[in-house]
Parts: sequence; structure tokens; C-alpha cells
Amino acid sequence: MSLIVVENLVKTFKVAQRQPGLWGAVRGLIHRQHRTVHALDGISFAIEPGELVGYIGPNGAGKSTTVKILSGILVPNSGVCTVNGRVPWKHRIAHVQRLGVVFGQRTQLWWDLPVIESFDLLAAIYRVPPADYRRNRAEMVDLLDLAPLLDTPVRQLSLGQRMRCDLAAALLHRPDVLFLDEPTIGLDAVSKLAVRRFIKELNRRQGVTVILTTHDMDDIEALCSRVMVIGQGKILSDGSLEALRRSVTSERWLIVDLANDGDGVSDPDALVIEHTGRRVELSFDPQHISPAELIARVTAKHAIRDLFVQNPPIEKIIARLYGRLESSNQS
Amino acid sequence: MTAYGAILGARIRMLLQYRAAALAGMATQVFWGIIRVMVFTAFYASLRPGVEAPMTLRQTVTYIWLGQALLGLLPMRIDGEGAGMIRSGTVAYELTRPWDVYWAWCMRAASLRIAPTMLRCLPIVVFAVALLPASMRLGPPASPAAAGLFALSVLLAVALTSVITALLTITMLWTISGEGLMLLLSGLAWVLSGIVIPLPLLPDAARHVIEWLPFAGTLDLPFRIYIGQVGPGEAAGVLLRQVGWTLALVMLGRWMLASGLRRLVVQGG
Repeated sequence: MSLIVVENLVKTFKVAQRQPGLWGAVRGLIHRQHRTVHALDGISFAIEPGELVGYIGPNGAGKSTTVKILSGILVPNSGVCTVNGRVPWKHRIAHVQRLGVVFGQRTQLWWDLPVIESFDLLAAIYRVPPADYRRNRAEMVDLLDLAPLLDTPVRQLSLGQRMRCDLAAALLHRPDVLFLDEPTIGLDAVSKLAVRRFIKELNRRQGVTVILTTHDMDDIEALCSRVMVIGQGKILSDGSLEALRRSVTSERWLIVDLANDGDGVSDPDALVIEHTGRRVELSFDPQHISPAELIARVTAKHAIRDLFVQNPPIEKIIARLYGRLESSNQS
Repeated sequence: MTAYGAILGARIRMLLQYRAAALAGMATQVFWGIIRVMVFTAFYASLRPGVEAPMTLRQTVTYIWLGQALLGLLPMRIDGEGAGMIRSGTVAYELTRPWDVYWAWCMRAASLRIAPTMLRCLPIVVFAVALLPASMRLGPPASPAAAGLFALSVLLAVALTSVITALLTITMLWTISGEGLMLLLSGLAWVLSGIVIPLPLLPDAARHVIEWLPFAGTLDLPFRIYIGQVGPGEAAGVLLRQVGWTLALVMLGRWMLASGLRRLVVQGG
């Protein structure tokens, strides 16, 4: 049996609509018009213990609605949802006892308390036995390098320091499942790497099942063996990053650094997507023309300093996927 | 239970950091205490001969100082942490913790009442006992029994004022901004708990109603036990009244919180 089972989950919101202007405001007092928004339109997936799943989608796609239902904050209209055999909103306390959540946009720590006191308090709230607490805390302090921060009040921490402390705080009770909602948002490069390294290590060492929502595709590439894409309340794609890439496009890119200024590259079977200074980026379809042939043609015609072939960046792929979603919606 | 104790302890330690606010509050409370003692002394001096006041001047002065020392127990402000969460919509995240949200909020409310009272109470008492002329001093309790019952009654007052504060916070789930209600209620609380005029000195018609409201249980009733206006024999009834209100408001608060949160989980933040 899977650890997390979601079947046909539907969640709609009623949004009060107001006509513009003063007349609209007055009318709204007497008669409100409601619009129904389908935040989740029958989504299904299953997650096995120990998986590290990326959950991505454009803003407003239903990501956080899903995470909120899974954390017991929201009740869906219909559908099945169990975590560890428990229904989050029905067995809330038993469920959250085994759950860790980190919301990048807000801290769970007590603003005015030193970090260590927030930890103590969380241990008491989650009823972690003292010996376990001391061991878990020591491990987190070690993994996240928190020792110098423990006596600092949370409000004095930098964002990166705070996120490290928040991660530790969510894990003191050794949850089976961890929800990370944009854990790297606003972090500098060093902190991002530290957070990623930690998540990976945690997943490997403790077998914690992680669901990660993010807009940072580097997070996904660095961490997730599996990516679910949600758009307009539906799961659009679910599988490895490679499979996602292949499903969207087979194109590859050839990056050429020319030896001379003022030179340009053109080829009937490739498309110039960018030309800045001496660097030209071409996209081509490997089923149409093999990379070797294209390279041979280009090197025959131009003086080349360097060249390499790569996949289009994942951002471009995701943007294309979201773009398709928009246009299919309009048609 | 230890979890709720830990919340209470941590919040009290946090609030105890605000020393400047405590000093300023203490100075104001001492100043107002002196003024009010002088006002009531003047009132008593102008009583027509033969008119019997319901409390002696000594009792009134003691009542006033108790009010100044324990003013922090008055349910007049709600806790900013809860209010902020409701305003920003993050209140739903309270549900991601393995606790009973109502008791967690009650502990937050209790810390808000207890911490400032702990800070200010003792210095004000010391001042009012030792540094004032005899006629203006805080007097001793009416009897050892009165002292014991007073201590018990203050504990119940802490519970009562905490559940009132929690209830006020919960109403914000509907009103979002608590300012209006807060303004109205804090004005009322001052009058109804006996801080402006000791309740025994009110006209009978008003007194009979106000005595039975929950606010009387936060300050007035314990003070009356202390000064002996309510004797040890009648004290049981007073304590029961405090317990009764606390239980009733706990039930009301739990019910309101449950329906407020239900709206939230059905409709989103």
C-alpha cells in the first residue's frame, strides 16, 4: 500500500464577486454573486515511502490546495486522500503528529524566542521523549550547522539561517512525511545549496518521504527523481524529469562560440534562437538531423573556438508546457 | 498537558522581556492609584453624617490598590500573535500542529494576562504598603481565611480572564479586525470589573446585574473576599460563580472556534 494515496480529489471554492464601481458595491450588499473556482479538478496520484517528489505548476494551479488538503488544513469536496492510512482532516492530530511542514514564506518558529527555545517548545508540543529530542536535535544541529545560531532570537536571523532552523524545527519529531513549500524561495546561492544538500541527505539517511513544491527548477533537477506537474486543477504529467522533457520536446541545443567577431551561423535544419557577441545558440531536432552531421556542417563553414550540445534548460521546457496549457484553455 | 504548560511558560518568558513597557505601566498604575485613592477619600469625607457606605474607606482604599496591582488581569487587549495570524490568513497553519487549537489559544491568552501582572504586581504592592502615608495604604486581608480564599479566587480570575481573552480573539475569525469590538469591550471591562468604581459602591439596581456578569469575576469578586466585604461563608458562592462563567465561556469559545475553523477549512484562507 502506498504511503500517500490521492484519488479523484476535488476542491472548489466559492468566490464572492463584486461588480465594479459604487453601484456594484451597493448591489453586493444586497445580493452577492458567487463564482465557483475549481482548484482541484479530480487529481489522483500515489506516493511510496521514501520517495522525493517534486510538485510543480504555475501560480494558482492548485499546488498549495493539494498540500493544504494533505496537511489536514483544508477539507476537499470529494475524493479519497489518505496518508499512512489516515484521512488528514478526520484524524488531524494523529496525522500531523507524523508530519513535518515547512512553508518558505512563513516561519513556524516563535519570532521573539531564541531558536533553542522554539525547538524545546516544539518538542513539548509534539511530545517527543527527552532522550529522542536531544538526539534528533544534535543531529539537526550537526547537519544544518546550527550551533552558532541556537541562542539567537529568530527575528535576528537572516532568511537563509531562518530556513535552516525551520527545516530543523519541522524534523525534531522525526516525521514520516515532510511537505516543503518553496523552501528555497528568496535564498542566496550558498543557502540554496545547503538546503538542497540537507534535503537529499535527510531523504537518503532517514527515508523521509518528501513532497516539494517549488518554482525553482534547479531544486527539482538537484533533488527529485519524480516530478508531478499540475495545471488548472489537473495532473498534467507524472514521472521522471527525463520523461517530462521528452514528452514536451525532443529538441536539443547546439551552442557555438565563434572565433571571429561579426561572423554568423545559419543552417537549413537548425534554428538560431540566440546570437550574442560571438556565441550562437541553435536548436535542432535530432530525429531530423544528427548532431554529428550538424556539427560537421557548422565547423566546415566557420572558424570555431568551442562548441557543445545540451538539452534545453528545464525552465524552458516547463514554460513551454505551461504555455500549451494557456493556449489549450483559450481555444 | 505538558505541551500546553510549555506554551504558557515560553510565552510568559517572552513577554517578561518587555521591561520598558512594564516600568511605564507600573508608573502609570501607581500614579492613577494615588489619584483614585485621593478622589475616594474626598468622596467619603463629603458623606452626609449618618449615611452608611457599603464599604469603609479603608476597605475602598485597599480595593483600589488591589485593582492597580492586578490591572493586568483585565481582559482589555487581545493577543497580537493570534490577531496577526487571523489578519494574514495564516491561522490555518495552527491546524498543522498536534494540539487542540482552543487550548493553545487559551494558553496564549493566559500568558498575555499573567506576564504583565507578574512583572507589575509586586512592586506596586510594595509601594502601596510601604511608601504611602497610613491613610492611603493597601491594608492586610480581612482574615487568614480571607487571604487563602483570595488567592484561590485570583487563580480562578486568571482562568476566567484568559477564556474571555481567548473568546475575543476567536471573534476576530469573523470580524478580521478586532479594533471596534476591542474598543467597546475594553471600555466596558473597566467599568464592569470595578476598576472605575468599586462595584459595591454602585447603585443597587446596576450592582445586582453587574455582579453577575463575567467581568466581576476577573477583579471585583476576589477583592471583595480580600477586604472581607464577602465573608468566608459567602465566598464559596463567589468562587462557584467564577468557575461557572469560566466553564460556560470555555464551551462558547470552543463552539465558536470550531465553527470559525470549519468555515476556514471549507472555504480556504
